Amino acid sequence: MNLTTDAPIQIVAFCCRYCAYAAADLAGVLRLTYPPDIRIVQIPCTGRLDTLEVLHALEFGADAVMVAGCLEGDCHFQRGNIEARTRVERIKEILSQIGLEAARVEMFNMSSAMGKQFAEAAQEFAERIASLGPSPLRDSTYEIKAEFEM
Amino acid sequence: MIVAEQKSLEEIKNLIADMEKVLVVGCGTCVTVCFAGGDKEAGILASSLRMSTKLDGSTKEVTHITVQRQCEWEYIDPIADQINDADVVLSIGCGIGVQAIAERYPETVVVPGLNTTFLGLPTEQGVWEERCAACGECILGITGGICPIARCAKQLLNGPCGGSQNGMCEINPDTPCAWQLIYDKLKSQDRLHLIMDVQPPKNWSSSRDGGPRKITREDLRLAVEDSE
Repeated sequence: MNLTTDAPIQIVAFCCRYCAYAAADLAGVLRLTYPPDIRIVQIPCTGRLDTLEVLHALEFGADAVMVAGCLEGDCHFQRGNIEARTRVERIKEILSQIGLEAARVEMFNMSSAMGKQFAEAAQEFAERIASLGPSPLRDSTYEIKAEFEM
Repeated sequence: MIVAEQKSLEEIKNLIADMEKVLVVGCGTCVTVCFAGGDKEAGILASSLRMSTKLDGSTKEVTHITVQRQCEWEYIDPIADQINDADVVLSIGCGIGVQAIAERYPETVVVPGLNTTFLGLPTEQGVWEERCAACGECILGITGGICPIARCAKQLLNGPCGGSQNGMCEINPDTPCAWQLIYDKLKSQDRLHLIMDVQPPKNWSSSRDGGPRKITREDLRLAVEDSE
């Protein structure tokens, strides 16, 4: 994989199936615009959020990771989004230890009807990351040397 | 189970500073259960080290692998190729696992990624507490299943000291007094007579105080074949 320093900001968004993904889908149906470089990954619940998958996203090209789940109290699986929030805080600590900005990962809550809010959150997060700048892990070339198994 | 905690990333980076190829070895037993050195933690540590060393300007090649248990030769023998391929093995097993790898692969540089702390159990999800001091002479039969060697700060054998207040230990207000727990337990089971005999000073020779310990079971040893 080769990333040049002038490629646009890349964001991976882990969205829960029941709310955030539906909200993103609604944003699409409503033809709302938000930055195109937000790559959405559907997970059944943000409680499924895997710390290692977030780190890999950042390691292998993402400038930031968005985690979007149901409104607190309304999680389809009771408290998956509460667990995710704690996990996101832990990931922020890990990023600080690594030397990356903790702001590169963030948790959002929304309902499936909030298509407009998804687009706004995506826009606002993308602008925030753009002002932080591309990930310092980016280089003129970044060869993945390590073999890994997921 | 053995309970351990991961060292800080800073300390780990110092341990592998001069090395290029790092193999993080996880363990699927105790340290998985205390979320310190399992497969997921090995992956997270490997990814963290790759990113961190790249940001430092000294990119390292870090891979990871996890075995069922690092404390048995049969489980660490199959990863010989990966170990021999690395400049350093960063073991996130307990201290036993680190030493097993070091002993089985004497030419390999092996460093620890964890601080092994105690023998204990998860009293609730996310909380682990010490329960056993491995003293070699278990008296749980007369203390109602509560160990005064592991849980009493002074390791007393004949009841609480004068510092026990409201059932809590004087060294830490969050630590229950072990002897209060023993008394309450035996009283509830109507077995207080068990602690009425005065216990003599403990013979510590069966504990670590007597030197490194070894158990041999001749009945379990493999018969040595007569050589030709």
